[in-house]
Amino acid sequence: MGGFPTLLYKELLRFWKVSFQTVAAPILTALLYLVVFAYALGDRVRVFEQMSYAQFLVPGLVMMSVLQNAFANSSSSLIQSKISGNLVFMMLPPISYLEFFGAYVLASMFRGLVVGGGVLAVTVWFVDLRVAAPLWVLAFALLGSAILGALGLVAGIWADKFEQIAAFQNFVILPLTFLSGVFYSIHSLPSMWQAASHLNPFFYMIDGFRYGFFGVSDFPPIASLMVIAVSFVLLSAACLLMLRTGYKLRQ
Amino acid sequence: MTIAIEALNVEKRYGALQALAGVSLAVAEGEFFGLLGPNGAGKTTLISVIAGLARANAGTVRVMGADVIRDYRRARRMLGVVPQELVFDPFFSVRETLRIQSGYFGLRRNDAWIDEIMHHLDLTAKADANMRTLSGGMKRRVLVAQALVHRPPVIVLDEPTAGVDVGLRQGLWQFIRRLNRDGHTIVLTTHYLEEAEELCDRIAMLKGGRIVALDSTRNLLENFSGLVLKIRIDRDSLPEGLDAALLNAEDGRFALRLRDYNALEQVLHRVRESGALIKELELEPPDLEEVFLRVMAKH
Repeated sequence: MGGFPTLLYKELLRFWKVSFQTVAAPILTALLYLVVFAYALGDRVRVFEQMSYAQFLVPGLVMMSVLQNAFANSSSSLIQSKISGNLVFMMLPPISYLEFFGAYVLASMFRGLVVGGGVLAVTVWFVDLRVAAPLWVLAFALLGSAILGALGLVAGIWADKFEQIAAFQNFVILPLTFLSGVFYSIHSLPSMWQAASHLNPFFYMIDGFRYGFFGVSDFPPIASLMVIAVSFVLLSAACLLMLRTGYKLRQ
Repeated sequence: MTIAIEALNVEKRYGALQALAGVSLAVAEGEFFGLLGPNGAGKTTLISVIAGLARANAGTVRVMGADVIRDYRRARRMLGVVPQELVFDPFFSVRETLRIQSGYFGLRRNDAWIDEIMHHLDLTAKADANMRTLSGGMKRRVLVAQALVHRPPVIVLDEPTAGVDVGLRQGLWQFIRRLNRDGHTIVLTTHYLEEAEELCDRIAMLKGGRIVALDSTRNLLENFSGLVLKIRIDRDSLPEGLDAALLNAEDGRFALRLRDYNALEQVLHRVRESGALIKELELEPPDLEEVFLRVMAKH
């Protein structure tokens, strides 16, 4: 065994040591969304017949937290190491590019799932929720967090400063998650925006994840799973190519 | 004799800048080797290529026979590098830092050795302190410790004493010397030429990405600088035949450049022949700084 287990351990330890900021804060944020949206709008909005707006909202918030935190973990860890220069400690040992990829993506998935699990654990106290198909929930959570972990790694490799990561987060990740149907069903949108939503990969992650809870979705879950599986493969291939060639990491 | 580091025609460009323009050198196992040169000469680039942090545009590098690209796992296990920048991970304590670094090399039960390194580098008292709280000198020692966690036979130190106080410098060199005596190959870059002169068996001087001098420290000192003889005699001028060696004359003291100790005999012979009496005589040993300046001026 090479450096992989230790790199994974280090990545986990890194976010766990500041878990107030990396776990507790995003759980609180999700809870605030629930309070504001569900209680302010709850009476006026009904997405699907058989459920309240708060029930509809919770899986979306959970998945949004999973995705955003998976991205934040790998991207911020790598950019910090690059800027502070301690990346050299990972570049000197015989760690292969596959090990590097695996450790960063797995740690990101773990943080995403911990935060998502936390959001779920807190919100079930307020909202009555049942899981119709747990395997779908798990499959979408795992694959969604893996995609965002890999995307965070790509962003971390590409960026030269914190500002670029923040821009990526604010101008790409945040709009795509907000416009993916976390707060609404795309069937309530005008047809042009419905079509546009189908170009947003986050839509399939949220929609498929929600299917696992209610057995109802805007798009067939198996098709959603295919879309995000293909996205993961393509993104991982791009990321592995960057790591293999040493793009921006080795001069 | 095993070759610890072998570089063959290594070239590295950064855009239009030719950082290394065909560098070849071989460092034997067990040697204490110095890499000198002005800023921008290519020292750190060469170290980066050896360590796999940068990829050469041409040429090959081997560490203990392992190619740093094709056989990078073996090459990197053989090599410990102390980087020039004072870098650290602010999330961890000294012990965590060293355990993690050890784990990167696949060594997960290495506490006995980690304790020993910390002891030798005077870090034991700070083992559980966070890296952020350490002084610059302490952080430098942790960098040295990190380079040693996997017991590499070859250790490269890129200006390890830059900005380090005298006490720590002495302690650090004692430790590095011990490692060298125990059989480790040491490659060192430094701006302190007296350190290089004292420590290194052989020295390569780089300028503009090329090696402009490569020899044993002793040969460099003899070939380039020779000795300076300062002499006062009971005359106002030098005996005939010595003018060629004259460097300067001040208040009846003459400074002469001698190629080696044999040349001293000839000077003394001339003085005796001329019937002059020696009032004062001082012999200055060669020094690397002068060699360095002359080599750099020549190229």
